Amino acid sequence: MSGRYTRVGRARPSGGGSELAIWYLMRVTGLALFVLALTHFLILHVLYDPAQQDASWIATVRWSSIFWRVFDWSLLMLVLFHAFMGVRTVVIDYTGGRARRFLLAALYLLALGLLVAGTSVVLTLPVVPK
Amino acid sequence: MLLRYRGREGMFAWLFHRIAGVAVWAFVVLHVVDIYLVGGNPKVYNELLQIYASPAGRIMEALLGAALLYHALNGLRIIVMDFWPPLTRWHRQLWNLCWLLFAVVGLPVAYIILKPIWEGIQP
Repeated sequence: MSGRYTRVGRARPSGGGSELAIWYLMRVTGLALFVLALTHFLILHVLYDPAQQDASWIATVRWSSIFWRVFDWSLLMLVLFHAFMGVRTVVIDYTGGRARRFLLAALYLLALGLLVAGTSVVLTLPVVPK
Repeated sequence: MLLRYRGREGMFAWLFHRIAGVAVWAFVVLHVVDIYLVGGNPKVYNELLQIYASPAGRIMEALLGAALLYHALNGLRIIVMDFWPPLTRWHRQLWNLCWLLFAVVGLPVAYIILKPIWEGIQP
């Protein structure tokens, strides 16, 4: 526990290494997500209605341009890091010993699976021009 | 726990941030799977979309937006105080500012998301 820093967020780890790197990366990815995730939500839940976003809408409208594929893939990378490192902090806070090791291993495996699944669909969904 | 521990604003800001964060994480897991289905099995994706577009789905959607917006605003508040520690003095005022922005942005968005429920529009 560091006295100098607020406990609203996680206290900045003293020393250095990967824990400090993760602490900074949570803030950097958080700032990027403030822009990208809120933009994504604004477009797909406010400007468009999810009810119209069936599979053919995604192929012909949303992902018909490289720009939005790159945008959504960047969002995927940022959110996977931020969300899984965040849940990692929660797991570390409430568990210990074998339960913690098991949950963290399951968490990293799930993150890897989603990274592969998300990347593959961004790359392989056929481009259908409008 | 909530009634006995007198953490006041700071504790609730932290607690809501954690609950909202875990909730958004859970939706992200579901959302990557559903988008994977757009390529893998579009028929199942379209069926899932019917659930998202139902009244209960729209209420969940509005709650997701609320969790995302609170987490985003309070996250900025955390970053601001982490990198300019003197601002920690104003943590309570900053939290109130978060709620002001939450209401100004969130209420119109919730209205737009929920409107099809009472207008009876079915996909």
